[in-house]
Amino acid sequence: MSEAMLDYDDVIAKYEPTLGLEVHVELNTNSKMFCGCATVFGAEPNTQVCPVCLGMPGSLPFVNERAIESTILIGLALNCEIATWCRFARKNYFYPDMPKNFQISQYDEPICFNGYLDVEVETDDGMRTFRVEIERVHMEEDTGKSLHMGGATGRIHGADYSLLDYNRAGIPLVEIVTKMVPGTEKYAPLVAKAYVAELRDILRSLGVSDVKMEQGSLRCDANVSLSPRGSGVLGTRSETKNVNSLRSVERAIRSEMQRHAARLDDGLKVVQETRHFHEDSGITTSGRSKETAEDYRYFPEPDLVPIAPDPAWVEELRATLPERPSVVRARLQKEWNIADKEMASMVNAGVLAVVMETVALGADSTKARSWWVGEIARQANERGVEVIDVGVTPSDVARIVELVAMGELTDKLARQVVDGVIAGEGRPDDVVATRGLKVVSDDGALLLAIATAIASDAAAAEKVRGGNLNAAGALIGLVMKATQGQADAAKVRELLLKELGQ
Amino acid sequence: MITQNASEMAAAVAAGEITSEALTQAHLSRIAEVDEKVHAFLHVDAEGALAQARAVDAARAKGEKLSPLAGVPLALKDVMVQKGVPTTCGSKILEGWRPPYDATVVTKLKNAGVVILGKTNMDEFAMGSSTENSAYGPTHNPWDLTRIPGGSGGGSSASLAAFEAPLAIGTDTGGSIRQPAAVTGTVGVKPTYGGVSRYGLVAFSSSLDQAGPCARTVLDAALLHEIIGGHDTYDSTSIDAPVPAVVAAAKMRNVKGMRIGVVRELGGEGYQAGVLQRFNESVEVLRGLGAEIIEVSCPHFEYALPAYYLIAPSECSSNLARFDAMRFGLRVGDDRARSAEEVMNLTREAGFGPEVKRRIILGTYALSSGYYDAYYGSAQKVRTLIINDFNAAFAQVDVLISPTSPTTAFKIGEKADDPLAMYLNDIATIPVNLAGNCAMSIPCGLAPEDGLPVGLQIIAPAMADDRLYRVGGALEAAFNEAWGGPLMNMAPSLTGGVR
Amino acid sequence: MISRDDVAHLAQLARIELEASEIDHLAGQLEVILGAVARVQEVAGADVAPTSHPLPLKNVFRPDVIRPSLTPEEALSGAPASEEQRFRVPQILGEE
Repeated sequence: MSEAMLDYDDVIAKYEPTLGLEVHVELNTNSKMFCGCATVFGAEPNTQVCPVCLGMPGSLPFVNERAIESTILIGLALNCEIATWCRFARKNYFYPDMPKNFQISQYDEPICFNGYLDVEVETDDGMRTFRVEIERVHMEEDTGKSLHMGGATGRIHGADYSLLDYNRAGIPLVEIVTKMVPGTEKYAPLVAKAYVAELRDILRSLGVSDVKMEQGSLRCDANVSLSPRGSGVLGTRSETKNVNSLRSVERAIRSEMQRHAARLDDGLKVVQETRHFHEDSGITTSGRSKETAEDYRYFPEPDLVPIAPDPAWVEELRATLPERPSVVRARLQKEWNIADKEMASMVNAGVLAVVMETVALGADSTKARSWWVGEIARQANERGVEVIDVGVTPSDVARIVELVAMGELTDKLARQVVDGVIAGEGRPDDVVATRGLKVVSDDGALLLAIATAIASDAAAAEKVRGGNLNAAGALIGLVMKATQGQADAAKVRELLLKELGQ
Repeated sequence: MITQNASEMAAAVAAGEITSEALTQAHLSRIAEVDEKVHAFLHVDAEGALAQARAVDAARAKGEKLSPLAGVPLALKDVMVQKGVPTTCGSKILEGWRPPYDATVVTKLKNAGVVILGKTNMDEFAMGSSTENSAYGPTHNPWDLTRIPGGSGGGSSASLAAFEAPLAIGTDTGGSIRQPAAVTGTVGVKPTYGGVSRYGLVAFSSSLDQAGPCARTVLDAALLHEIIGGHDTYDSTSIDAPVPAVVAAAKMRNVKGMRIGVVRELGGEGYQAGVLQRFNESVEVLRGLGAEIIEVSCPHFEYALPAYYLIAPSECSSNLARFDAMRFGLRVGDDRARSAEEVMNLTREAGFGPEVKRRIILGTYALSSGYYDAYYGSAQKVRTLIINDFNAAFAQVDVLISPTSPTTAFKIGEKADDPLAMYLNDIATIPVNLAGNCAMSIPCGLAPEDGLPVGLQIIAPAMADDRLYRVGGALEAAFNEAWGGPLMNMAPSLTGGVR
Repeated sequence: MISRDDVAHLAQLARIELEASEIDHLAGQLEVILGAVARVQEVAGADVAPTSHPLPLKNVFRPDVIRPSLTPEEALSGAPASEEQRFRVPQILGEE
């Protein structure tokens, strides 16, 4: 059931987009938002649950202080005002993955509000900064997870029954909601992507979340609406749910703009509804349209007392804020002595933070950059995942750079080590050991291989002895073959020439 | 033995005059003998109780120091979870559920060696004033088995009046400890909100609910209060301060110089003549004991009942949403074809009784968009006005007094399906829940017209629970002297023989 | 004024499959009750602050420390149905 799409250039010629983004971030606290259960990802089902997060009769929530602290940090990093007094509220609706059939959230009193985040996007005229204004940052709790059983598809529709695991229920969730973002023009999809990427970098630098989109610790709902160019009338928006990669954020917004425009061109109305983005096809499909407006019957959570962050505490937290990523970028560009374009390519690939970490671990900045933007980005792209999610860590890259610098690995071997790490064979040293990838630097072994090569191609050896150094190439080739490429070619050459009296 | 006070029983156990096991067995026998008529208990945990009793006896034998109520049996309102013991809240929707955890109150009772006999009957989810709303049938008032024992904690109050237990735990959202105490001639205390942990108390209305002690004497209630009270790191609304010195206050027996306020708005029209008569006599007794009596006005109390019937249903509509057939309790209509949503709807229809449904629907309405400000929002403002009234009153007096309930125990079935008439039972008790302060009901005699117990309510400011016990203890002593013994001596025997 | 349809809608929000007779009965009762409780509006002026919590507590937090969870057996002990250490529930409608 694919819908008509208008060519993107035509969309921009006729319409102006307005963006809105809601990002849910799971905090990386040790324990849940309102109870002491652990929050380990991937634990056996229903092993991290208690009366509180199962919503058992009689249980009561109790606020995790670190969750409050993390949320305030996020608010400060997003230039928000911090409420001097706010409350939790109950959002009432029934759903089996929500144990109490209400979610403890915040309603009209978010803990952080009125902020902004500047994001940089590469435009036709070079890098340009777009300001995304933040409406609110508030706290809530995550839901459980359901497995849909029976039926043909394993999906919710047509399932016979569902199995519920509440390990995730009650994990602290922070919702970051932007105001409407006008004026992004044709860059709307890029701005959306850059916003989520920048937000992710900030959250990572704050150390408050794992920000792994594929594990759902960062989830994005992307809204977009179109208004006819110059009309000043805001269009109807659609909300695309749980877009789970940076690339998908860009694609989903672009696809929705094209779909809206095609409908508007045909004189059809855009329906206010929830859409689902499909990674494979790159398009969205309709979720359940909201026939009747939800009535969540919010009211102040009576089981939790108000939060009134002490201004001194807020200032203490503000003082711990790490350098803003944009400031960091300017500084690094200078330190690393690189051009705008190279910086942009790192930012676009979403690797700046990991390059920084790699350099911080002692790696040369050029080498670190080239690994992340080159080989690792290529491998991530092949697999359709984000670079930071491909399975290589900054410390892996730092170690690989170190091994190469020490002459223990050649560039070619190092790439094989990266393969091994991505394949889950362990850390670089594990891969080197199990795959036996160490450069053959043992002179004895090399000399034996050289002797064998000389014996098998006596003619070439004679030429080298006679001063024709070009003839050494064939012999080096033989040695490399014999050592299965694990020898350092420069070293082989040095030893060979010495052996042949050169 | 079973007619003794809890403090006397505890002393006997501590002195080795009786074992806790024998004491517990005596109460179990009494339950077996009379509970068919009274129906105070929904579940009797004989084995668990005897095991607890033997543990106390063993501890004593080893010379361990016993807590002040160690070895004394207690009846637990079925709204408190106890690990492994059926907890129904008087509702079909929880039939058969055995909680996997203990309420904090239960943990404290166990740690103190108090022996939990079983779970007592109640109005479903504590919604009611007569215990007629229990899905498992009504409890009968030991003073007159054709009458209600009050509610919602009618099982707890009746168990005390029937000598099935010397101590009980109740919960009070709008009067559910005090009104049952009043109509059964027993003592019941609603502590300051946050004074006793709510963790493990199945919530009816979270901002109003408070667990408290029920007993036959003021001192017994104080001893129990000290055990169950105090800060809890599982309840965010728990007060982080020591329990007021209630036991010492109960033993003072002196109200000389205390300023006692009579609330003009809690009395007069709508109150039974005999209730007012006994109340007025009590005022004179207090005056005679040297207290200064001052009439005070709390003009917004007349709005307490309407505010309560918005706030409590609103909170309950949310609190009771978790009873959805998914994780515990009843499941109706799961035929492999129906959806989760349909099964929820059918289960909640079948599992909840009429009063619970009425309040859920009312609360859903009061919170729904477009009505929130007019109903829930306005009710919360009334709450502020009532707090202001209390503050003004407590600027003049140390405690306030009133009748606990406008009438003595009425007949079972008399007010069924007349919700407004039923709601009026709580008219004098509700302001205290809205403001979060504390109150006690003690017996102040029998109404001349029906010979049934009348309760006197004492109200103190938040965290001044000790004042309740000081006034209650002094009054109780004066009454006992005047009556020649406790009021309970006048209660009819349930077995035809001598108690 | 609360109509039959209002009660039916509220019952849907509250997930209770009320019978027709219950809806009729409740509509009448709610009308009376709402009439009585609406009195709160008489004194709820704009100058009165609402009270949501009876005591003026604030900032009650718990340190971010793990407390013991239930065992899966305990967690599932009251479940009407379970399978693969999960709560088994009828098919869930609604969005994916």
